[in-house]
Amino acid sequence: MNVPDDLLYTESHEWIRREGDKIRVGITDHAQSELTDVVFVELPKIDRQANAKEAIAVVESVKAASDIYAPVKGTVVEANKALEADPGLINREPFGQGWLFVMKIDNPDDLTNLKDAAAYKKQIG
Amino acid sequence: VSETATKKTALYEEHVKLGAKMVPFGGWLMPVQYTSIMEEHQAVRKNIGMFDISHMGQFIVEGNGGRSLLNTMLTNNIDKLDVGQGQYTFLLNDKGGIIDDLIVYRVGYKEFLLVVNASCTDEDYDWLDRHRPSDARLGDRSAHFGGVAIQGPRVTELFVNLPERNHIVDLEIDGMPISMARTGYTGEDGVEVFFRNSDAAKFWNAVLEKGKSLDLKPCGLGSRDTLRLEMCYPLNGSDLSPERNPIEAGLGFFVDLTKPEFVGRDVLLKTKENGPREKLVPFRMKDKGPPPRPHYSVFENGERIGEVTSGTLSPSLNWGVGMAYVSAPHAKIGSQIEIEIRGQRFPATIEKKPLYKKS
Repeated sequence: MNVPDDLLYTESHEWIRREGDKIRVGITDHAQSELTDVVFVELPKIDRQANAKEAIAVVESVKAASDIYAPVKGTVVEANKALEADPGLINREPFGQGWLFVMKIDNPDDLTNLKDAAAYKKQIG
Repeated sequence: VSETATKKTALYEEHVKLGAKMVPFGGWLMPVQYTSIMEEHQAVRKNIGMFDISHMGQFIVEGNGGRSLLNTMLTNNIDKLDVGQGQYTFLLNDKGGIIDDLIVYRVGYKEFLLVVNASCTDEDYDWLDRHRPSDARLGDRSAHFGGVAIQGPRVTELFVNLPERNHIVDLEIDGMPISMARTGYTGEDGVEVFFRNSDAAKFWNAVLEKGKSLDLKPCGLGSRDTLRLEMCYPLNGSDLSPERNPIEAGLGFFVDLTKPEFVGRDVLLKTKENGPREKLVPFRMKDKGPPPRPHYSVFENGERIGEVTSGTLSPSLNWGVGMAYVSAPHAKIGSQIEIEIRGQRFPATIEKKPLYKKS
């Protein structure tokens, strides 16, 4: 399973790429593999404010619907509209074109609560 | 769903070798997919796919009293079966509720093979055994026998001399004694093959090899579920339960009420007379959107009329479809209903069976 070293991770299988005062968020390769074929994505609305661990998006596979959580407190500033036409991007490029949303974060210190690649690798075994 | 799966079929190692994603199902560890549910679904619709169905229970009923045991316990009429023929039927509780749906094959004049759902095997056995007269023998051969379903239009290129639809024959393939039935759960032409566990891997690999030129794919439970739902075949535990009877499920065709006696008959007669309170109906979402799922509420004109029991994005239609129990007056083909998904209601239409038809 691919777990890029330059990203942060949550226990609930989101990945986080820091981009200045913003973060880009998606779901991990492990998560997309567990979900199986993604067929529908409900994206968060722009300007939505959310606390850490608040469900703000839904990824649906053939089998089931799964909540996606805000990794830290912040405001959604961008959502990946390409997923509406092609939700399979999440399966094909989970760390690339399959990203879900970008958040402006309230406090960069919150990122220290997230896992690094080594810790996430350990979690998924 | 938290299930403790301890049992592995005789094909477990083959699934792992093929890189299958294994999940607990009905007490078994089963492949949900090998590569992709969508791809495996399409393989069955267009070419051919093979499923491990070794988790299903297999009983043998024999003896002079076997026929009468089965006609008393099962809703369909055993006497309609010639030797070598099978039928879909129900095992009911005293209240007419569904314990299991199964296929019974008459494999000899006084010998029957019952293929039952994995998670119901023990309960079915106990219920049958409790009603068993002394001149009927009931055997559970599940621990020693497995099976595969080989489904798809190209099955006729894989095997010659297939049995007729709903028939079963005993054959020998590469020295392996097998039973082959022209039955399935996908809506495509196909067979279900039963064999000894000691032959399971050999048979599986022989079919994979022979099927290469036909683009045969190993298929998991994920596509088995989407294929059956497109056909509106019910799944026990989702669409069927001990609180539902076959009339409510729209499956009265597999109940012979002219039989003088069978478990649950009185209740079914009453349901038929008074009409069921709720009915199982297929539906299709009107717009592209989130797929329907089990337990979502169903509305009509603002009134809650029922609940979804099965739902998915149909891979063949690339559209949200499902089945729901709705109160009988609302169960009309063409009715406009709404499915509530995460607090929002999405329009849908009650459809005729099946949800998918080959063009």
